[in-house]
Amino acid sequence: MEAETIKQTHKSSQKAEHISGSEAVIKCLLAEGVGILYGYPGGAIMPVYDELYKYQDKIHHVLTRHEQGATHAAQGYARISGKVGVAIATSGPGATNLITGIADAQIDSTPMVCITGQVGSHLLGTDAFQETDIIGISTPVTKWNHQITKASEIPEVLAKAFYIAKTGRPGPVLVDITKDAQFELFDFKYEKCTRIRSYVPVPKTDKKALKEAAKLINNAKKPLIVWGQGVILSKAEAEFKAVIEKAGIPSAWTILGASALPTSHYLNIGMVGMHGNYAPNVLTNDCDVLIAIGMRFDDRVTGDLSRYAKQAKVVHFEIDPAEVDKNVKTDVAVLGDAKASLKSLLPLLNKNSHKDWHQKFKDLYNIEYEKVIKNDLHPTKEGLTMGEVLKEINTQTKGEAAIVSDVGQHQMIACRYANFNKTKSNITSGGLGTMGFALPAAIGAKMAAPEREVVAIIGDGGYQMTIQELGTIFQQKVPVKIVILNNEFLGMVRQWQQLFFDKRYASTEMTNPDFVAIAKGYFIEAKKVTTRKDLKAAVKEMIATDGPYFLEVRVEKEDNVFPMIPTGASVSDIRLE
Amino acid sequence: MSAQIIYTVSIYTENNIGLLNRISAIFQRRHINIESINSSVSEIENVTKWIMVVKLSEEQMKKIIGQIEKQVEVIKAYYHTEEETIYQESCMFKIKSNLLFDERHIQNIIKESNSRIVTVNKDFFVIEKSGRKEEIDLLYRELNVFGIMQFTRSGRIAVTKDEMKISTMLAALQH
Repeated sequence: MEAETIKQTHKSSQKAEHISGSEAVIKCLLAEGVGILYGYPGGAIMPVYDELYKYQDKIHHVLTRHEQGATHAAQGYARISGKVGVAIATSGPGATNLITGIADAQIDSTPMVCITGQVGSHLLGTDAFQETDIIGISTPVTKWNHQITKASEIPEVLAKAFYIAKTGRPGPVLVDITKDAQFELFDFKYEKCTRIRSYVPVPKTDKKALKEAAKLINNAKKPLIVWGQGVILSKAEAEFKAVIEKAGIPSAWTILGASALPTSHYLNIGMVGMHGNYAPNVLTNDCDVLIAIGMRFDDRVTGDLSRYAKQAKVVHFEIDPAEVDKNVKTDVAVLGDAKASLKSLLPLLNKNSHKDWHQKFKDLYNIEYEKVIKNDLHPTKEGLTMGEVLKEINTQTKGEAAIVSDVGQHQMIACRYANFNKTKSNITSGGLGTMGFALPAAIGAKMAAPEREVVAIIGDGGYQMTIQELGTIFQQKVPVKIVILNNEFLGMVRQWQQLFFDKRYASTEMTNPDFVAIAKGYFIEAKKVTTRKDLKAAVKEMIATDGPYFLEVRVEKEDNVFPMIPTGASVSDIRLE
Repeated sequence: MSAQIIYTVSIYTENNIGLLNRISAIFQRRHINIESINSSVSEIENVTKWIMVVKLSEEQMKKIIGQIEKQVEVIKAYYHTEEETIYQESCMFKIKSNLLFDERHIQNIIKESNSRIVTVNKDFFVIEKSGRKEEIDLLYRELNVFGIMQFTRSGRIAVTKDEMKISTMLAALQH
């Protein structure tokens, strides 16, 4: 059992272990290696903030401008670093403002610990000022949550919180602490949690299943891999690459799986799903063995399930047993951690290249290139396309940047066209589709990985949902690069209105403010580009700038994102126009 | 959609305040009504056992068991058909005392149904019966003719015909 007390890890705190609950919270965070957390103070969490003040040389608290921003920043931090992100807020509205970020982290399996203050325990259930049942509210969107009413519970519960958040399939955990528990003095001792008897983070891998999977893969004539974020979460990038290279299998990614394999890799055949690439979508319904790795067959990936890969044998590598057979019936399920499973799979695989099968992907790519990609990346019309902005960012960052995208058309374009050389480079709200995610998530990402270029790509709609976080960027001097692709529309909804609602553009057109002036109001360098000839220089200036930078690009108002699988259609009915 | 079947769900859990909310939300999200629910201590020390009765397709049932087991504080969850369990529920009737003497047939009903008189006073008497749902339904119909002051029935409790390997599993987990 790995047990360590704070005394051992932090020699400076050898004074009496008889401390307050709120000081204990900080000591727990330090023991878990938390150096940075995001939050917003308020009445019920003030004792903890008082300790944050005293411990400010050891732990950096980032004041966001809204609690939702704190959760997204914590998510960005977690997604780029693989570590647990931490957000903190007060009771009542502070706590409820966390919910969107928590739900986002839950559906995207992001490790996060949220700490909320709560009214004094004698006031629980009395409708006290700023009292809300945050445990009840957060239950369906957390992996685990717990309310603390006694200081003595703090070490054990926080240790459990971090253990649960980061192990197995990661997720968000919320710990609610009453104000009296924060004040209460008690004898503090911290032991990391390494086991919970009712919790099996990683199911045992069945050797027989692994052998059956290998047999199916070895006998396949037209195998197709679809990988998801599981590859990144289990740090299995190298094992994954070794497997696909040995077996020569064309491999496509889900939106959250992006960047686990470099974009330029010869076996990387692009994105699956609603706005994914043509070839992997069409050939999903042609492959003979479909190998899913660390993904969950989201409806945006599969389209109509009754016409999804029905001809194929399905092999599913998965850490969460509840995902197996949830949407797509599998022939062989290999439970376990992707890293370990792929490592064991490798020696069982035969070397292969599947040349003819690869050619099919190339042929379909050429069709997509002619119909879609060429016009997106090398447009001949006057208006700027989102795609050419991405191409320019690729060129100037040499594909080394982490791209943080919001939700909507620009997100699909960013994911389709960004070049990813490094893993953990595509930070976006996949499952929940949370507009307003990108700006605060970029803050967290940049603070977790200051050595990396972090470029936030945001639409004019989503940007205005969390625009106040410019204040955080300014105050904390976070050198993120912000690119707004402004089409003066809620573009994705407008696209659907055009295609499925006879162009009735209900409440999707936006009259926008002077974004450059707003950024400058926060003393952030800013520029606006409206013509193609100015794009290159502007992106260059942005990348060359040391501090934060804001770039607004006015793009064509009514461009659509293609390819597209309409709702209810099969993946192979994907439309190119 | 495959056929809807009545399933008895047994869930072994830690004794935790918020867990009921977490489990019931799994059913609520999928618009599935919980027919009955009972929570008690189990055969294992410090382990709570819940018995739930739900009506759904086997496919839904399997997926929901997966979602239940995924909860951190759930140790193990099982589902069983009616044939695989021995189950009982319990009920109580409060009836006016004078009926006991005026309507002699009530005494026969009590005897034949294997019910038990819990208490009698000058105003009312209370009878209790344990049994299967159909037996309790029958007793209700029979007594309802005479008028029932109060009626209540418990959720189902059940044990399985086959052995549940939960104890061995838990013992293995302890190390």
